[in-house]
Amino acid sequence: MHRRGVGAGAIAKKKLAEAKYKERGTVLAEDQIAQMSKQLETFKTHLEEFASKHKQEIRKNSQFRVQFQEMCATIGVDPLASGKGFWSEMLGVGDFYYELGVQIIEVCLALKHRNGGLITLDELHHRVLKGRGKFAQDVSQDDLVRAIKKLKAMGNGFGMIPVGGSYLVQSVPAELNMDHTVVLQLAEKKGYVTVSEIRDSLKWERERASHVLDHLLKEGLAWLDSQAAGEPQYWLPALFSELLSRDVTPEEANQMTP
Amino acid sequence: MDRFVWTNGLLEMNETLVIQQRGVRLYDGEEKAKLDVGVVLLSTHRLLWRDQKNHECCICIPLSQIIFFEEQAAGIGKSAKIVIHLHPAPENKEPGPYQHSKYSYIELSFKEHGQIEFYRRLTEEMTQKRWENTPVSQTSHGRTRAVGIVGIERKLEEKRKETDKNISEAFEDLSKLMEKAKEMVELSKSIANKIKDKQGDITEDETIRFKSYLLSMGIANPVTRETHGSGTQYHIQLAKQLGDMLQAPLEERGGMMALTEVYCLVNRARGMELLSPEDLVNACKMFESLKLPLRLRVFDSGVMVVQLQSHSEEEMIASALDNVSDKGSLTAEEFAKLLGLSVLLAKERLLLAEKMGHLCRDDSVEGLRFYPNLF
Repeated sequence: MHRRGVGAGAIAKKKLAEAKYKERGTVLAEDQIAQMSKQLETFKTHLEEFASKHKQEIRKNSQFRVQFQEMCATIGVDPLASGKGFWSEMLGVGDFYYELGVQIIEVCLALKHRNGGLITLDELHHRVLKGRGKFAQDVSQDDLVRAIKKLKAMGNGFGMIPVGGSYLVQSVPAELNMDHTVVLQLAEKKGYVTVSEIRDSLKWERERASHVLDHLLKEGLAWLDSQAAGEPQYWLPALFSELLSRDVTPEEANQMTP
Repeated sequence: MDRFVWTNGLLEMNETLVIQQRGVRLYDGEEKAKLDVGVVLLSTHRLLWRDQKNHECCICIPLSQIIFFEEQAAGIGKSAKIVIHLHPAPENKEPGPYQHSKYSYIELSFKEHGQIEFYRRLTEEMTQKRWENTPVSQTSHGRTRAVGIVGIERKLEEKRKETDKNISEAFEDLSKLMEKAKEMVELSKSIANKIKDKQGDITEDETIRFKSYLLSMGIANPVTRETHGSGTQYHIQLAKQLGDMLQAPLEERGGMMALTEVYCLVNRARGMELLSPEDLVNACKMFESLKLPLRLRVFDSGVMVVQLQSHSEEEMIASALDNVSDKGSLTAEEFAKLLGLSVLLAKERLLLAEKMGHLCRDDSVEGLRFYPNLF
């Protein structure tokens, strides 16, 4: 480690500058860093005290977590930025959200072949809870949203699309612009959409509608039912998984004809 | 909903609480009841419901009134429910929230889950019918209750009050803590400004220390705007650990792994003191400067991967071209199967080879297929 400008002349110059600053009552940066070090120790103590009294609250109470996160955001602090941060180490918030991140990634990966990388927040919530088991801490949708926001740092196209009062969670880097999003929102009610419906509701020309639907097909986000009565239907597995499919029990499976 | 009667919510003698669940909304048939969200309680004799905010508002129905009940799975934007079909109300029924209803069933909507356990317990109680063995006097005795049982209800009430008190104390302490944290943020801003304006002479050592303070507090580095990223001891150490840990997994996976895959792998192995996504990214950014045999790479699509230094780009492209030529053409899925890669990474390799002019694509609704570029 070196100090810049070593040498008698440089030292003298520095002393002069320091003296000038001190005269004007300005505190120097290095003094402030020393001050920060002390304040940090004090803060750490306060945080430890807080943790010993309320760590359970954060673990058990999702409302409290929301409050905590919002307050941090207001003052400009990100408690989830690093596992090495005080917040994470002492309050355990980090592990809670980072583990949730792992579970979210795993669920999305497992279902990708079926829904192309798009899943409703509800279904994601349901499956994450299921995966966590009966005795694990409860997880709210707000918790999921925050964990997903953090996952964005790793590239890979994690994002959220507002649809019908909730969200679709995207976990692949498929490019989805406003047109695609609007069609997804239209399909939300029934789980599928047709070209005519798009033209009626959105007043688009046939070509624009087809273009958007083709893109969704290519990205594996939509499936085509060309044998539907009337006109072809474009189904979005992300939306209809909960509506129509159910987990089949072994007894039911035995009763089904092969 | 016209089967319900008002109650004080206290248990009678011989009546035991079996299970309770918060976050439940009642439905009169398929219409929302004109009540808010509350707590549903199952006892050996009755089904009770109490408003979460207004504890005075409490209603109940004897279990003997239940004909049958079933679960209704959750749907999009809909919570899981238990549908309960009821006998008609007796003529001398006490007053309740509804004088009259056109439905003979109600629904419990579990907004905060808990329906599985509740259903199980309800089934048990309805099978055992414990109320037949130990009849309780109904409200014909008015508000008198057996002494001793009052204690249970009082304890529940106290616990509720205690929880509320704890929460408000927690919030108060939280606010105070945040005030102190705010001071730290202000101080760090001031320091950053001075560094910028060169008010004082900062050594490299002090800069590193400053960055680690920011890391501890979770404050974004105000000078560089990057979240107190690379350059801290922590990330350097982490990068070295990753260098060791990821060698074998990378070899197994053709020399490349998506960053999200690495995140899961590393955190599952750790079990506790997990890495944040940003920790991982910042550590990986250091691979090159630390001369580790790994690299962080970002594809055009935004996908981030960690790859082995030894697997050069030319090698990957050449192998992609070989495979495609061999088979005539390949989709990302086929290529992934061939190499034992994830579909995502297989696609990226094919795209890369295409970018370099070695492959060309056939993009149709049947899928994206790659061919050797003969042009």
